[in-house]
Amino acid sequence: MLEVSGLTTKYGEISALREASLHVGSGEVIGLIGPNGAGKTTLLNTIAGLLAPSGGRVSLDDEDVTGHSPERLLRSGLALVPEHRRIFVNLTVEENLRIGGVTVPSADRPGLLEEMSERFPVLRDKWTTSAGYLSGGEAQQLAIARALMSRPRLLMMDEPSLGLAPLLVDVVFELIDALRAQGRTLLVVEQNATRMLELADRAYVLRSGEVVAEGTGTELRDNKDLFDTFVGN
Amino acid sequence: MTELLQNLIDGLGRGSIYALLALGVAVIFGVMHLLNFAHGELITVSGYASFWALGAGWSWYVMVPLIVAVSVATSLLIERVAFSRVRGADDFTLLLTSFGVHFVVSAIFLLYVSASVKTFPRPTWVTNTYAVGSLRIEVFDTVVIVVTVATLVATTLILQRTTFGLSLRAAAADFDTARLMGVRSNSVIRGAFALSGVLAGIASVFWLMRSGSTSPTAGIDPMLKGVLAALIGGLGSLRGAVLGGFTLGLAEVILRSRLPDSVASLTEGVVFLLIALLFIFRPQGLISVPHAERV
Repeated sequence: MLEVSGLTTKYGEISALREASLHVGSGEVIGLIGPNGAGKTTLLNTIAGLLAPSGGRVSLDDEDVTGHSPERLLRSGLALVPEHRRIFVNLTVEENLRIGGVTVPSADRPGLLEEMSERFPVLRDKWTTSAGYLSGGEAQQLAIARALMSRPRLLMMDEPSLGLAPLLVDVVFELIDALRAQGRTLLVVEQNATRMLELADRAYVLRSGEVVAEGTGTELRDNKDLFDTFVGN
Repeated sequence: MTELLQNLIDGLGRGSIYALLALGVAVIFGVMHLLNFAHGELITVSGYASFWALGAGWSWYVMVPLIVAVSVATSLLIERVAFSRVRGADDFTLLLTSFGVHFVVSAIFLLYVSASVKTFPRPTWVTNTYAVGSLRIEVFDTVVIVVTVATLVATTLILQRTTFGLSLRAAAADFDTARLMGVRSNSVIRGAFALSGVLAGIASVFWLMRSGSTSPTAGIDPMLKGVLAALIGGLGSLRGAVLGGFTLGLAEVILRSRLPDSVASLTEGVVFLLIALLFIFRPQGLISVPHAERV
């Protein structure tokens, strides 16, 4: 489904991402792990069109989408739950979800809203509340629900458990597991490598902007030197 | 008491126009982070359109929709010609561009029309008044207040109930994330300029009805009032912009009425002094916007 080859992204003269390549097949859950500053967020933001690559190629179902705008990529079926959630704190929970569904036909939106209210009961209870009043866990669920409103074919998540209490981290991983059970295609950046490798079909390890290893969760966990050196948890 | 009520009505009339201008400034600031010092040029261009059309014998009934249309078209043209080229640039570049647009528009009328003030007939009812008890209320102020309230209600409905409004509010809070949600940046920015043009167009109708004149620099005063009102209310807040407009209008009228005759001509200076004091004690304006720098 998603093919990334030789992707390079620079901030000025500094290369944050160096010829990174990865593949996400339909229905797969892929983890992206690595230490802070490894280029994980840069990679997702470049795939999602928020950053312009200086080299390489991104293709979605064999269509070259390199450098496409985020709004165009979303219409191609690629959605991102950004780092720090970035929910619209000036909008209500319902409005956040409605904005997530702007690309779907208006006739389909009520059904999608209903679906989200059933899937995320915590949001249903705060439907008309300003999103600025949500707790971290609720905000993360809203961010994921908002991305699902666009009916993405590939959902990317950037650090979904970041800054959450341990109990809420469980909720987020249960949610990822539920999405996986539905056959969704996911590409997830996660600091919590141990938990991510338990869930992912495969994972890529990034360090200093480069993909340095790839494998199944078991393969990467069993490679103790690699795991300790590059992941460190 | 009567004098205070009289001032209140006069101030609301004046503040209504400022509120419309400030709201237009706030809408653009929201989506582009641009403090648009070219906003007053919509009134300059509308003023010359009024001068030519009224001179050709057109009536004010035709002029009202025409002025709004000219304002919207000018706003979209300025976005296309100038601001679309610096989209995403730093704040200073955007600010310089807006000053540049202001000077270019002024220079065009200065070079190709005239430096002198051009006058045109005002509607006859503008100076009419009616009595309510001991109050003398201008028909003009009444119309301005009613139309402004209706415009603010309509704008609120657009922002709250339509997909465009939702997109605009989301883009104002976090432009990149709005794009991630599929909000088209071109559509939302042009929509914001169109909405800003409508608001400035309605303000232009009243401004021009009141002044009955235009000149190459006619946009400076309304631009200053609009930007100041947006700053007073709290740059980044649409409600604040409206509040700032009414506050500025009321302050001007009340000060003009209360200051001794010997210093009445310094009213604007005193208003600026009060605004400076406000910013010392409350730099974020009357309404602070949480989290984001945008609307």
